[in-house]
Amino acid sequence: MPIVTYRDALNQALREEMQRDDRVFLMGEEVAVYQGAYKVSKGLLQEFGEMRVVDTPITELGFAGIGVGAAMVGLRPVIEFMTWNFALLAIDQVVNAAAKMLYMSGGQYNIPMVFRGPNGAALQLSAQHSQAFESWLAHIPGLKVVSPGNPYDAKGLLKAAIRDDNPVIMFEGEMMYNMKGEVPDEEYIIPIGKGDLKREGDHCTIVTYGKSINLALQVADAMAKDGIRLDVIDLRSIRPIDTEMIAASVRKTNRAVVLEEGWEFCGVGAQIVDYIQRDCFDELDAPVVRVHQADVPMPYARNLEKLAKPDMNKTIAAVKKVMYLP
Amino acid sequence: MARKKTDAPADPGLGATDAAQRRDLLRSMLLQRRFEERCAEAYALGRIGGFCHLYIGQEACGTGIISMLRPDDYVITTYRDHGQALARGISARAVMAELFGRSDGCARGKGGSMHLFDRNTNFLGGHGIVGGHVPIGTGVGFAIKYRGGDQVIACFMGESVVNTGAFHEALNMAGLWKLPVVYIIENNRYGMGTALERASAIHDIYQRGAAYDMPRGVVDGQDVLAVRKAMGEAIHRARTESMPTLLEVRTYRFMGHSMSDAVSGTYRTKAELEEYMQRDPINVLRAHMETQGEIDDTRMAALDDEVKAEVQDAWDFAEASPEPAPESLWEDVLVETTT
Repeated sequence: MPIVTYRDALNQALREEMQRDDRVFLMGEEVAVYQGAYKVSKGLLQEFGEMRVVDTPITELGFAGIGVGAAMVGLRPVIEFMTWNFALLAIDQVVNAAAKMLYMSGGQYNIPMVFRGPNGAALQLSAQHSQAFESWLAHIPGLKVVSPGNPYDAKGLLKAAIRDDNPVIMFEGEMMYNMKGEVPDEEYIIPIGKGDLKREGDHCTIVTYGKSINLALQVADAMAKDGIRLDVIDLRSIRPIDTEMIAASVRKTNRAVVLEEGWEFCGVGAQIVDYIQRDCFDELDAPVVRVHQADVPMPYARNLEKLAKPDMNKTIAAVKKVMYLP
Repeated sequence: MARKKTDAPADPGLGATDAAQRRDLLRSMLLQRRFEERCAEAYALGRIGGFCHLYIGQEACGTGIISMLRPDDYVITTYRDHGQALARGISARAVMAELFGRSDGCARGKGGSMHLFDRNTNFLGGHGIVGGHVPIGTGVGFAIKYRGGDQVIACFMGESVVNTGAFHEALNMAGLWKLPVVYIIENNRYGMGTALERASAIHDIYQRGAAYDMPRGVVDGQDVLAVRKAMGEAIHRARTESMPTLLEVRTYRFMGHSMSDAVSGTYRTKAELEEYMQRDPINVLRAHMETQGEIDDTRMAALDDEVKAEVQDAWDFAEASPEPAPESLWEDVLVETTT
């Protein structure tokens, strides 16, 4: 099977969907002439022309709204944010417009569009460029939210997002664009809302999504050397969320750790813990433990940034805690 | 109207009307007036809840603009949307039922006063965030150009919108990309209780179009025939050259901002209000028609009776319409994907 980077997997998804449906267009800062701030859109301007691969001024609120309007009348925009940090300038269009239009129009105007871009921390980008916003968007009824953690899922989920008739938020990651993985030549779609059990074990469950899945897999491999077998759930979609997969796993392992990049307070992990206590209260052998970013703005200094982020040691410690291991 | 960057001569007949069209315009404005008066009554009686923003005094603006559109053109507007919805041809029944929060409303009771929508007439909504719909309307213009059509979109807004970032961002792209959007600033002088002069660094706000290299102009918003003419030129430019226009329509709101504030006495004087009310848009058109011998007191009274009956019918229809079914609470959050 071909080995492809995360960025090229996204590029393939965009190209294939734009070939398949001429209503699909890509819009954002530096997506066309510059070929994408992270080169996700490399070659697309040359193939599809400037009406379908559209460079915008630096105007997040404006071009997000252009997308909403175009979607209202039948186009299928893919709006790229250079990072989700910048998308805060566009939050009115995402939350007040895209997520609400179908409902407040009494079902007359759906919004088939994708908002996508990198989310969460990279390396030493400090407070304004290192935030994970999935809990903000997943909070909103009317949106779907996906966060693929490898090239295969990135391609399959982006294709699903583009074909979805609702607004879909896609969280990528600067640190993943170079990540390589198997991506088949034949077409595939990954259904939104379905998790992927990436490791099977019976001692403890780790529930995570997005970039953090790679950390969780490292933890599982390391702990396997000590005979600790982990179920590792990659949710892939945050909304809708695969509660059945979470419940089935926790009923088996009776223990869970929830891992996310973002902050603790009102984080996605809090919602997952709520699902676990609703569905698996009697099966739990220990309180669920969460691993997340320290509750501070991201610092610049390398040592402080490392302290702030989830890592292997913190995650292993969490697993040991729920297993009552020393 | 100030013209820029375009030499194509507009048809001088654009916006011209015959007697039958003038009667239709008068009837439309009168319907809006009587409808809004009954809305005030319904609000006082608790039939209408939430926020409710009346269009009384501004009818010539929406009526004149929308009367120039084709059925396949688009309209998008703010939360002060009842008059434009009626002008666009959404039935008084469907609008009133929406205001009453009933299942036969034009948004099935989900939107209310601020969010009237109708796919049949390409009425893309009343929107509740000041300025938020301006990029959306611009996106509709983008879609028209993308598909190579010759439709236009009329994007209404109040004058307070010009101070938002959304306005600037959207108009910059419309000017940059030459999108077939007509931006209509309904300058009713006040953003809620803040006078234009206390909110905008410049007072001839159509001149803001200069920053976007956009054709622009100003028109008397109490004269529906003048509004039509200005809109005719703007539409011509949009259809034939894919050029946007910024059109300032100077009007006045005869009622409060919404239902909770005094009509005068706080941010504007009674004398000012009364002075502006001298130029009631319905009377302006009626006076013109009288000089043409097209209307007299008897015919005006008959027309008034006709629209009052239509509004009463809308009220009765709305009251009889069932409340939305409880299960509809969960409908229309997401749509089932079919592809």
